[in-house]
Amino acid sequence: MPDRIHLAVALDGAGWHPAAWREATARPTELTSPAYWRDLARTADGAGLLLATIEDALSLGGRSVEPDAETRRDRARGRLDAVLLASFLAPVTRRLGLVPTATTTHPEPFHLATGLQTLDHASRGRAGVRLVAGSTPQERANFGRRSEGPTGLPASGRVEDDPALLAAFREVGEVADVIRRLADSWEDDAIVRDLTSGKFLDRDRVHKVSFEGEFFSVTGASIVPRSPQGQPLITALAHQTVPYRFAAQHADLVFVTPSDAAAVGGIRNELAEASDAVREIDEPLRVFADLLVLVEDTPDEAAAVWARLEERAALTTDARVVVGTADDLVEEIRALADAAVDGVRLRPARLPADLDAIVDRVVPRAAAAGILFPDDGAPTLRERLGLPRRASRYARQEVGA
Amino acid sequence: MTRRQIHLAAHFPGVNNTTVWTDPDAGSQIDFDSFAYFARTAERGLFDYLFLAEGLRLREHRGQLHDLDVAGRPNTLAILSALAAATEHIGLVGTLNTTFNEPYELARQLGTLDLLSNGRAGWNAVTSSDAFHGANFRRGGYLDHADRYVRAAEFASLSKALWSSWRDDAVVADAETGAFLREDAIARVRHESRLFDVDAVFDVPRSPQGRPVIVQAGDSPDGRDFATEHADVIFSLHTEFADAQQFYRDVKGRLAAHGRDEDSLKILPAVTFVLGDTAEEARERSREIALAQVRPQTAITYLEQIWNRDLSGYDADGPLPEVEPDTGVETAQGFAGRHAAIRARVSQLRAQADAEHLSIRELVIRLTAKHTFVGTPEHVASEIDRYVQERATDGFTVVGHVTPHGLDEFADRVVPLLQERGSYRRSYDEGATLHDLLGLPPVADRVAVS
Repeated sequence: MPDRIHLAVALDGAGWHPAAWREATARPTELTSPAYWRDLARTADGAGLLLATIEDALSLGGRSVEPDAETRRDRARGRLDAVLLASFLAPVTRRLGLVPTATTTHPEPFHLATGLQTLDHASRGRAGVRLVAGSTPQERANFGRRSEGPTGLPASGRVEDDPALLAAFREVGEVADVIRRLADSWEDDAIVRDLTSGKFLDRDRVHKVSFEGEFFSVTGASIVPRSPQGQPLITALAHQTVPYRFAAQHADLVFVTPSDAAAVGGIRNELAEASDAVREIDEPLRVFADLLVLVEDTPDEAAAVWARLEERAALTTDARVVVGTADDLVEEIRALADAAVDGVRLRPARLPADLDAIVDRVVPRAAAAGILFPDDGAPTLRERLGLPRRASRYARQEVGA
Repeated sequence: MTRRQIHLAAHFPGVNNTTVWTDPDAGSQIDFDSFAYFARTAERGLFDYLFLAEGLRLREHRGQLHDLDVAGRPNTLAILSALAAATEHIGLVGTLNTTFNEPYELARQLGTLDLLSNGRAGWNAVTSSDAFHGANFRRGGYLDHADRYVRAAEFASLSKALWSSWRDDAVVADAETGAFLREDAIARVRHESRLFDVDAVFDVPRSPQGRPVIVQAGDSPDGRDFATEHADVIFSLHTEFADAQQFYRDVKGRLAAHGRDEDSLKILPAVTFVLGDTAEEARERSREIALAQVRPQTAITYLEQIWNRDLSGYDADGPLPEVEPDTGVETAQGFAGRHAAIRARVSQLRAQADAEHLSIRELVIRLTAKHTFVGTPEHVASEIDRYVQERATDGFTVVGHVTPHGLDEFADRVVPLLQERGSYRRSYDEGATLHDLLGLPPVADRVAVS
């Protein structure tokens, strides 16, 4: 009996391959339309996938490292704010976790935190976020507030060799901390509606977060009463030591990019060591492996589509690429399950084509093979992941006092 | 001669004492079901838009959280985005501050809402300068009071430039040639000033209505200037007929200087209403609602915010306190009104109470819970129509007093009468944008960047 895992999907534009928008199955003129995103989310929701992440960035070229990312005309461009897109998708989906990407350098942590709490209310407990550290020079020019910042990975490729990147990771840590504090700031039962005393609110059950950090401060309680999950699910994508440490310290779930199933063990060990050293949360860190996937009926068809895409634009990717049949992909997922990941996040090379293939062919086969956690009806995203609802830290303090 | 058409906005009840949470029918002010119900009622009543206020910090009273009235609300943009999926026709307008946001991000979020709603987004642009709200934000309370509208006006100009920086036909998506964007699809937007240094390439395509509708709510001379240059709608507080007419003439008269005509700016004052089968019944209900809105403790608390003193020893049914206000430090936080004007305000209140022989509670009812339109549905419909036909307003922003059912009676009983008069739409036009619903002129194709 293999270990059971969850399946997630990563949604981005016309798919993760830069030439995906040119495929006949693509809907390139609809990438910022409500109908397109409603269709994608309902497809993922109907198949019982655990969650969908939604990519985002604060510049036209996105997080592309290409120097001409803002001027080239052959890439799909145009994007919607992911937190708001996730909010839009909340009423049209039922079970799917909604995990927008949020950049942390420029946006106000208070607005981001209340936006995520609102997403949790609107989705009845399905909100998450993927926090991204740092900003690009293009993003900084769009905002015009901070000229200093990272310019990309240093020559060594290691985050710890660039003070600006290290600072960005300290800042994203503060943002994660404030999101959780604001989520905790209202105790569950702070709204009392007591007709006798005339009090709507028990002010002793609403707490100022009084956060003073290196990069910003936030004084008050949230404007939003406590949401179904208590706290939204905080996630991050991590490839190396500094981001692993960030995830271990602050995240509920980390997306990793093992080159193959055999590489999972080393990543898990490094995450476990980091968790021993810095983890502030008493639940275990969930680990999901990313795969970039293209699925066709036969290996030859898959290879032909891939060749056509690569001829039009070369993909640069951090994640393992699987080009093949549904059975090939199920085997990859099984290998990762055996390597003891908690889940696999599939990045469709083409949207909607590869999402449709995942839903129609991969999920049923993986389920039949006993690899997938069945949906046990747990009401929230956290609970589906086996994580308890977060209690308010402030309520706990009172109990101990 | 066709009648002037009435425009209506539906204000989701905010976090203050106009919302009666003690009513047995009062529901949650935070569950999405409440918002969806309210939005669908407004849509059933064929309103132009749903209007939502914003919270930047929980209100405080004498250093403590205010606990008598409804507290806690959602993030404005996130809830409007969710409502975009739960509605089809109605405009979605939110209050968003120009002080504690950055133009690129807010324009991007509003552009997102506009696309997700197929052109139904609007922005009530407000300003702030106080350190109390600033304490929740990166900038803190940095902005001089005098710079509020300087920043707001530059913020609006910059936002308009970003929204118009994409050509309508920017996306060609030609799979054969590999051209996704047209050659000159997107203009770079530069804005350098004392307050901004932005060199931006926008990443949200143009929406079906060109840009979100801009609403303005301030009543100061600076606010009126901002409105006549930038706004499509004014959310005013001028509800007395003669005063409303005067405000209407003043504001509309300023438009020509900006090359705008009368129809390009709609004035929609906030109003409350109470209906009854007879005038007498409506008056009785109005009285009951006012007493529920202003309970004795609420009345004392209201005065404490102005006096900045503990007034808990005073009887709400008695006369105003003779004690002078404490103007030493500003602690009545989160409420409108500036510390420097406190003394003048107190004198004015005393004069009003003396003239009309009002107790504390009755005075506070006059100030905060006096209902604009009280009467039979026929009376209310006829008043609303009169204001619009006689150019005192272009319509109203209607505020109910119960969440989420506060609009039901209005939609069911008043709207059909407005339709019978020929002053109100009988259906939404398919695909109408918020600009279309409001009868605003089309948005210029490209806006020059300063």
